[in-house]
Amino acid sequence: MTQPQFEFLTRLGDNTLVLGHRVSEWCGHAPVLEEDIALANTALDLIGQTQLWLGLAGEVEGKGRDADTLAFHRDVWDFRSLLLVEQPNGDFGQTMMRQFLFDAWHSNYLAQLMDSSDSRIAAIAEKSTKEVTYHLERSSDTVIGLGDGTEESHVRMQKALDRLWPFVGEMFVSDEVDAAMVAEGIAPDPASLRGEFDTLVNNVLTAATLTRPQDDFAHKGGKTGGRHTEHLGHMLTQMQWLQRAYPDASW
Amino acid sequence: MYAQMIKSTGEGVKSLDEMDPQERAFQERINANDKIEPKDWMPDGYRKNLIRQIGQHAHSEIVGQLPEGNWITRAPTLERKAILLAKVQDEAGHGLYLYCAAETLGVSRDQMTRDLLSGKMKYSSIFNYPTLTWADMGAVGWLVDGAAIMNQVPLQRTSYGPYARAMVRICKEESFHQRQGYDIMMKMANGTEAQRKMAQDALNRFWGPSLMMFGPSDENSVHSAQSMAWKIKMNSNDELRQKFVDQTVPQAEYLGLTVPDDTLRWNEERGHYDFAQPDWDEFFDVLKGNGPCNTERLEARNKAWDEGRWVREGLLAHAAKKRAAAAQVAAE
Ligand SMILES: [Fe+2]
Ligand SMILES: [Fe+2]
Repeated sequence: MTQPQFEFLTRLGDNTLVLGHRVSEWCGHAPVLEEDIALANTALDLIGQTQLWLGLAGEVEGKGRDADTLAFHRDVWDFRSLLLVEQPNGDFGQTMMRQFLFDAWHSNYLAQLMDSSDSRIAAIAEKSTKEVTYHLERSSDTVIGLGDGTEESHVRMQKALDRLWPFVGEMFVSDEVDAAMVAEGIAPDPASLRGEFDTLVNNVLTAATLTRPQDDFAHKGGKTGGRHTEHLGHMLTQMQWLQRAYPDASW
Repeated sequence: MYAQMIKSTGEGVKSLDEMDPQERAFQERINANDKIEPKDWMPDGYRKNLIRQIGQHAHSEIVGQLPEGNWITRAPTLERKAILLAKVQDEAGHGLYLYCAAETLGVSRDQMTRDLLSGKMKYSSIFNYPTLTWADMGAVGWLVDGAAIMNQVPLQRTSYGPYARAMVRICKEESFHQRQGYDIMMKMANGTEAQRKMAQDALNRFWGPSLMMFGPSDENSVHSAQSMAWKIKMNSNDELRQKFVDQTVPQAEYLGLTVPDDTLRWNEERGHYDFAQPDWDEFFDVLKGNGPCNTERLEARNKAWDEGRWVREGLLAHAAKKRAAAAQVAAE
């Protein structure tokens, strides 16, 4: 295992990069103008966080790679994002369910990172927490509103939940990178965050009149880079195209 | 200019003596640069005209998200992606302020949206052109936002209070957009050969359509005369177009790009650039629905609206349930 801290930071930065990209795909196509604005705002926050996390990752790595190099010049197997965030947008319900499940994990994880022994990480976490707290508030409200809305919206939200649930477990799997971070007091053990996540999610799902899936089976391979879904490659062909096609250019 | 070819309902401008006392008092307030507010009396024509103009402007902001949104997922750096996202978000915000301003005149946002989706209400012709390379993000900011500013800065002094106030907020952001667009152009024009080529190509494609944004010459138009008397239009189309050309040509020169107009030259006597009119036949084609992207733009908006129906209905139903529950609690 080379440079666990670099690995750890790319996990954070790739999550926000990939999810930010996904959310930005909505731009101009949302169900209502206020949602267009809110989705763009979420994407903007996530891209901003990406700049900080990947910027620090490059610095820690010390090989002269900056945030843009990491974002635009790595291939699928070097990405360390969770499988959840690369899932396609689907309908608006699936997008907001994915957002909610991620926010519920992300907000708690960032709150712990504010106590990181590495002050640079604590500072980024503190800045991000303000934004992510708002994301969670909004995605919870939307999941509740649509889950407990009309018959159609309820059915769609339940489908979205069932579709995405197999990607929840990966957020709480601990591996040797996490162990190294825990040992240095840099980051919490992901497995230790499951209890709070469950409480939060159960409360929201109850208010939304949605049924939590029984089966906790979890797909894995995103945060380790071992096996991403097919979706990520397509996203990267779009995201990285200009940089790859015109490698001499600066933008 | 995001409002083109607004037809006024009047038959021509009446003199003060021809007006009844109420209308005369109204016109005198306008002449004195008083702001008209939603609750004030206003002639029917003034109200209708404003609804058309503000509505068309709002729709332009909304449809205007699409050509730029087209490049968000392909933006070449994280910084550029963030700037473009923020810009498109601003445009949606502009749409929102403007719909609110129009609502003060008694028309709902839903009604205006339906009229946009059915093609009854128009949006600016410029957004029916495709964005084909990254340089187009520069050209749109520089030229399209630039042309919009030309029209919107004077509208900050327009006679209708809510519209004027919306313009003040909007203008601040539009000048950011223009600077950011020009910054992209600088980078491209001073970049590799391929980037320079993209920059020139973008200017070639957007120059004519940008000049069209001001609308055809309106010197003899009764509609424009009435709108100007009401101060909902502050300058003639030709006046604004000239101002735009005078401002933009030196900027193109600074970029080392060539404005696609062989007749373009500085006229010492007039103190302005002489320039060729854009292809007005093309303009009328675009207005009729035959621009390169009219079909896609309206399709995209209709799709968003149709596929979003269950979301809007779901959220409304939930809000109604919550209200009912709160009323129940209050009653107990
Ligand atoms: Fe705008
Ligand atoms: Fe703008």
